[in-house]
Amino acid sequence: MDLIRAGIARPDHLIDINDLPLTAVEELEDGGLHIGALARMSDVARTPVVRERYPAISRALLLGASEQLRNMASMGGNLRQRTRCAYLRDGVSPCNKREPGSGCAALDGLNRGHAILGTSERCIATHPSDVAVPLVALDAVVHTAGPDGGRSIDIDDFFLLPGETPEVEHPLAHGELIVAIEVPLAPIARRSVYLKFRDRQSYEFALVSAAAALEIEDGLVTGARLALGGVATKPWRARRAEAALAGAPADAASFRRAAAAELEGAVVREHNAFKPELAIRAAVRALSEAAR
Amino acid sequence: MDVQLAAEAAIRGPGPTPVALNVNDETLVVEVEPRVSLLDALREHLALSGSKKGCDQGTCGACTVWVDGRRVLACLTLAVACEGRAVTTIEGLAADGELHPMQRAFIEHDAFQCGYCTSGQIMSAVKLLEEGNASSDEEIAEFMSGNLCRCAAYPNIRAAIRQVRDGGDGGA
Repeated sequence: MDLIRAGIARPDHLIDINDLPLTAVEELEDGGLHIGALARMSDVARTPVVRERYPAISRALLLGASEQLRNMASMGGNLRQRTRCAYLRDGVSPCNKREPGSGCAALDGLNRGHAILGTSERCIATHPSDVAVPLVALDAVVHTAGPDGGRSIDIDDFFLLPGETPEVEHPLAHGELIVAIEVPLAPIARRSVYLKFRDRQSYEFALVSAAAALEIEDGLVTGARLALGGVATKPWRARRAEAALAGAPADAASFRRAAAAELEGAVVREHNAFKPELAIRAAVRALSEAAR
Repeated sequence: MDVQLAAEAAIRGPGPTPVALNVNDETLVVEVEPRVSLLDALREHLALSGSKKGCDQGTCGACTVWVDGRRVLACLTLAVACEGRAVTTIEGLAADGELHPMQRAFIEHDAFQCGYCTSGQIMSAVKLLEEGNASSDEEIAEFMSGNLCRCAAYPNIRAAIRQVRDGGDGGA
């Protein structure tokens, strides 16, 4: 709706799907979590099974948007929201997402909020979702329905890197609808955390955010999940950091080494060179809280 | 009716189409294009101008109304999508000529200067208390953050909310 209001989206048809029975939020028989695509952010955040067993998901939802928007925004819609890059939304600047081949005004523009991971020479826009960050960390699966039946997409494959085609943001076909998001049973998620750092205290997108969960035995990391928001062109699963954490002592030095390994590949621009260090510190703090 | 026929029967627009809205317990029919927002339908077609248009892009909260009892933004809601739902605006808050306690508290605490954001603030504040997220000033600030006040009357707005939360009803 906001993109229609801005004149960026010009759909010929809108289909009101709000009465479809896709609002359930419930525990699956195998212990996983089922989130209907039309469940509202505010309802999911307050569902007891989400708060108790997937606190990072609940926290990320409550740190996003405002209560009015959380009451309106569906979980499926959240995943499909588009970047907040001002050059996409102003309707006139070169933008390869809006007008493929026109260029990217952000590369040498006001790029303080832009991505440092997963970028290409064609696009450095961040994905703005908070809740997608813990969903990526916890291996969620996106279920869809369409004319050819349904399919399941690993959430990491649901968000596409810009590469040469930044206008292609997701793998959904025309007529294909997200019907649910499922999170597999993961005991590690029970003490998962989500931290968000931004210019304002509330009602603002992340400069950097981090979702983290740890399993620790005898002071050593036996399981680690880490994902970053606000720094990448998609909700960023920090697999390098997770690999570096495996078997390492669960202390600040290990956390710092792991986070630094993830940010080694960062490509900064004129105004966002602060982001790698901020991301490292955010990851260290999130991992430290998850280790408590 | 088969699915195809049902779908065709449900197609509305692009020209004006009758939309039946339940606003403040009254059923009202407006002729609007399907792209018209609930906010514009209220303000421009139903003479309910209490809900304000600040940004018209979902960032300021001045257009906050209730749909089926939940606070939402009328500027990002299509009027046609509200058929069969109950819409409540600031005009529907007073009962029997008596202001709602939150309205009285806003007056008592001078919780506005220019007043443009006030109807949205009040519609949000009443729901805030129902939602139970007003135990501290920090919590009030967080869960009211979708309502901007360019005059920065926030301390007074919080004072008004605290008064209603704590059972003070403005002397009525």
